[in-house]
Amino acid sequence: MTSHRLSSGGLVNRAVPLRFTFDGKPLKGFAGDTLSSALLANGQMLMGRSFKYHRPRGPVTAGAAEPNALVTVGEGARSEPNARATVAELYDGMTAASQNRWPSLAYDIGSVNSLLSPFLSAGFYYKTFMWPASFWEKVYEPLIRRAAGLGRAVMEPDPDRYEKAWAHCDLLVIGAGPTGLMAALNAARAGLRVILADEDFQLGGQLLSETAMVGGLLAADFAAAIIAELASLANVTLMPRTTVFGWYDDMVFGAVEKVQKHVALPDPDLPVERVWRIVAKRALLATGAEERPLVFGGNDRPGILTAGAARTYLNRYGVGVGRKVAVFTNGGSGYRTAADLTAAGVEVTAIIDPRKDAGPGQADLAREGLRILSGASVTATRGRLGLTGLVAERSGHEEVIDCDALLMSGGWSPIVHLLCQRGAKPVWSEAHQAFLPPDVGSGFVAAGAAAGLDRLSACLRDGAEKAVALARNLGFAAYDADIPEVEGEYDPAFAPLWYVQGSKGKAFVDFQNDVTVADLSLSQREAFGHIEHTKRYTTAGMATDQGKLGNINTVGLVAGMRGVSPAVVGTTTFRPFYTPVSFGALAGTARAEQSRPTRRSPLHGWAARHGAIFVEAGLWHRSAWFPRLGEKTWREAVDREVLTVRENAGLCDVSTLGKIEIFGTQAAEFLNRVYSNAFLNLPIGKARYGLMLREDGIVFDDGTVSRLSENHYVMTTTTAYAAEVMAHLDYCAQVLFADLDVRFASTTDQWAQMSLAGPKARIILQRLVEDDLSDAAFPFLAARAITLKGGLAARLFRISFSGELAYELAVPAGYGEAVADHLMEAGREDGICAYGVEALNVLRIEKGHVTHSELDGRTTADDVGLGRMMAMQKPDFIGKRLSTRFGLTAADRLQMVGLKPVEPDAEIKAGAHILKENAKPSTTNDQGFVSSACYSPTLGRYIALALLKSGRERLGEKVLVWDRLRESEVLAEVCSPVFVDPDNLKLQA
Amino acid sequence: MASLITCPHCGVRPKEEFTVRGDALPQRPASHAPDEAWHAYVYLRDNVKGVIFEHWHHVGGCRRFLVVERDNVSHAVLSVTDAALFRRPDVPGEDAQASAGKGLA
Repeated sequence: MTSHRLSSGGLVNRAVPLRFTFDGKPLKGFAGDTLSSALLANGQMLMGRSFKYHRPRGPVTAGAAEPNALVTVGEGARSEPNARATVAELYDGMTAASQNRWPSLAYDIGSVNSLLSPFLSAGFYYKTFMWPASFWEKVYEPLIRRAAGLGRAVMEPDPDRYEKAWAHCDLLVIGAGPTGLMAALNAARAGLRVILADEDFQLGGQLLSETAMVGGLLAADFAAAIIAELASLANVTLMPRTTVFGWYDDMVFGAVEKVQKHVALPDPDLPVERVWRIVAKRALLATGAEERPLVFGGNDRPGILTAGAARTYLNRYGVGVGRKVAVFTNGGSGYRTAADLTAAGVEVTAIIDPRKDAGPGQADLAREGLRILSGASVTATRGRLGLTGLVAERSGHEEVIDCDALLMSGGWSPIVHLLCQRGAKPVWSEAHQAFLPPDVGSGFVAAGAAAGLDRLSACLRDGAEKAVALARNLGFAAYDADIPEVEGEYDPAFAPLWYVQGSKGKAFVDFQNDVTVADLSLSQREAFGHIEHTKRYTTAGMATDQGKLGNINTVGLVAGMRGVSPAVVGTTTFRPFYTPVSFGALAGTARAEQSRPTRRSPLHGWAARHGAIFVEAGLWHRSAWFPRLGEKTWREAVDREVLTVRENAGLCDVSTLGKIEIFGTQAAEFLNRVYSNAFLNLPIGKARYGLMLREDGIVFDDGTVSRLSENHYVMTTTTAYAAEVMAHLDYCAQVLFADLDVRFASTTDQWAQMSLAGPKARIILQRLVEDDLSDAAFPFLAARAITLKGGLAARLFRISFSGELAYELAVPAGYGEAVADHLMEAGREDGICAYGVEALNVLRIEKGHVTHSELDGRTTADDVGLGRMMAMQKPDFIGKRLSTRFGLTAADRLQMVGLKPVEPDAEIKAGAHILKENAKPSTTNDQGFVSSACYSPTLGRYIALALLKSGRERLGEKVLVWDRLRESEVLAEVCSPVFVDPDNLKLQA
Repeated sequence: MASLITCPHCGVRPKEEFTVRGDALPQRPASHAPDEAWHAYVYLRDNVKGVIFEHWHHVGGCRRFLVVERDNVSHAVLSVTDAALFRRPDVPGEDAQASAGKGLA
């Protein structure tokens, strides 16, 4: 059917064909394919363009480390840029597109950069985009931004769901290859709760690409048998398609499971990805090893890939990567792959081995008659969009060899990433010519190829034995492992070769970022020799693959240039994430309106029925104003609401205030210490305004406390500081004053609380209340339990923020709407209206009451005119000691005053600054600022509260209100902050 | 920082349930203590590398203040104690003034 698919062999299911498109071209693959294996089967080796030079590229690997074969998968809002074709599971209907090319993959204008490469060396940006400074914003940055990035992110919202979950286990096995499977099996048989996670959609790892016989079975069948047993055990959780991306403190691992990334249309009832936090008592790293590319001239042409990758495409997917294959290897891997290809009928033209002699038994793998060039190297390659040949050099003699694929093997690097994420550095081993995992203690150990072992039999044994040891370490009785026999394994030993001398053309180290040996050399010459500096100067290892393939070669090359061992050079820092994780997965369900909780008052429905416009205040959605038919602006509604409260009555939802019930024989003493004013003498049945300070003497919050019985108080806090006050009280009660007998709990959500304010408040409320509400029976600051008509127990507080005769009525939350409805009905003939927080704000500004606009974390009690609240005769209270220090008592502090524009129509806005009348507008002449401002419908003019230097001494003075941002200057008169009813006649009525 | 904290009341819980308030060692001076003691208590904190004692508030759980003893280099958590039961270790060379007169005058 297709050109490179073999007629038999591999684990793909030829009975299940899958249709997909690449750059619009319809193609076919099979179930079990990855996108790259299916593309290769269709003869499509060219899959992308490189980042800087736009060079044509094909896959180098068959796995997670892939730097080249990055494509965009999916369409519209579901399109995912920079997906690695080598791990993207093929599904029916998949659409994939190449990236970083224009107009097409085969003809890319950007490849002109390759001709400019002498000017695009390492550090190019730093050297070029230096000056003139004015060019930065307008010329350089847009230019760089246009050039940056491979795939394009879509701007449409993601239509899919994501979620997060926790998992717990005795042993987490990371990687389900030969080592991981043996580990999981032996741990599971010993009774451990085991999680086996692997990034692949098919568990088995290298066993799926292996031709050896294990325990008398084909390697893949051996894997299947173990997986079947594991799947049957209740104490085992198999997690395919799950990448463990991070190792965090306390043995918490981060993992992302691709739940539905392999279907065209995800089931809306399931997430597409799930982020796991796995808490493991022990963990085993069985992530295997990565085959290193060789660094030689033109080593990036499509058709040049690692020998192991070609072996996987052949044995797992039944795909020959070429028709005429050459092998360039310094170890056993190239010979093994050549033997597998020959056995499958693919022509291998030559094996080029830089060593004089292949390792023992390695050359025997090559079939009789296969050409082996010992002591030879590839110095150059040919071809434009695909490989057509190579130049081999031996003892000064060059030979051109025709081929359409070149398999390279530069040895193996253990995949140690996760073990190094918490600070430990990998350790260079001369014997292995590789960095081995560090010893981080017995909780998390590497096994198999990840620990530097190279033979299959050794990996099987290591996985099993380390699992048994971990099980015993956890106190489980584990039998000694039964290790299967392996027939037909090969020796992957290799000799180091970091760079082919005499290479012609660019020799790439980091394929994705187009970093060459010449760039590394330049960074050494220009004093960026430290490996962390080299990385940043050349960008080696900084692409989306984070240098999984190239970093070790970079280290080896730099070591060679510096004439030191790679141990001296060391590696760059390993950090999560191991592979890219989507923002969607990290956000989980916390997106859009679910990104934080929404708090709704128990009266939310009542307010909504009255047409409230809601405003977000912290997490709360508060009713801001209640527009009526014909009111065109918010101001019209607010003005009407204010005047109605001043003339008749209004009902406002104040349920969002923090409410804390306080009990205990020493509750009074506790309150006396946390408030600046006195509380020991608060009578039962009375409410009192209270001011809390921070320990540095600045005002923290204000509110009320009502004493309901001898040892029972109820506190209110401001809406904004409810949580902070609660935490502060916890701290005071548990840490500072742990000896006091006091207990408290937040009841903010348990009570619906409404403020009924206005001259007619009493007569309206009396219609609903059994108790006598006359001024004599229920005077200002009365606070006690009452009974509503019909028998509902409630609490009533005669307190006022508006300055009017006012009550706050609290009823159990579930009764809130019904009671509010009854109050509105009871007050209808008296002209009651619902009012929101905007009108509430106007009412309190008119009355000169403070909010956090004035209590802004910088003001003292005296600053805002509440100096009388400082009960300095008390032996101690929070903030007492530092409230007396010099800076807080200076005569020129900002003090709260009122402001009235001299011109009656002039407007003052909050945030404006205050200057002396004839002062030049400048910040050096600053005298203070406007903290709150509004239009007062009661007075028919704008008014404001301000914090002004020595303000209380300056009543009557004319000042300039200067608003630089909104470009206005208004002359205003300093006045008392109490604009309405300064003698509290209405309040006490 | 630790990923998991073993709350003495709630068991092993994720760190996201806690709010870290800061150094648990400074003790609130008596009201009449000298300015220097109050200044030190409110404003001065040591920036210790190594073992530190912090107040962690279990806001997503029991709402108790805990003293978490941990190593800010290795991230190891050495102990977790309810703040009311915590006995501060002897700190050599500490200003005697600052620690004098715990509680109210």
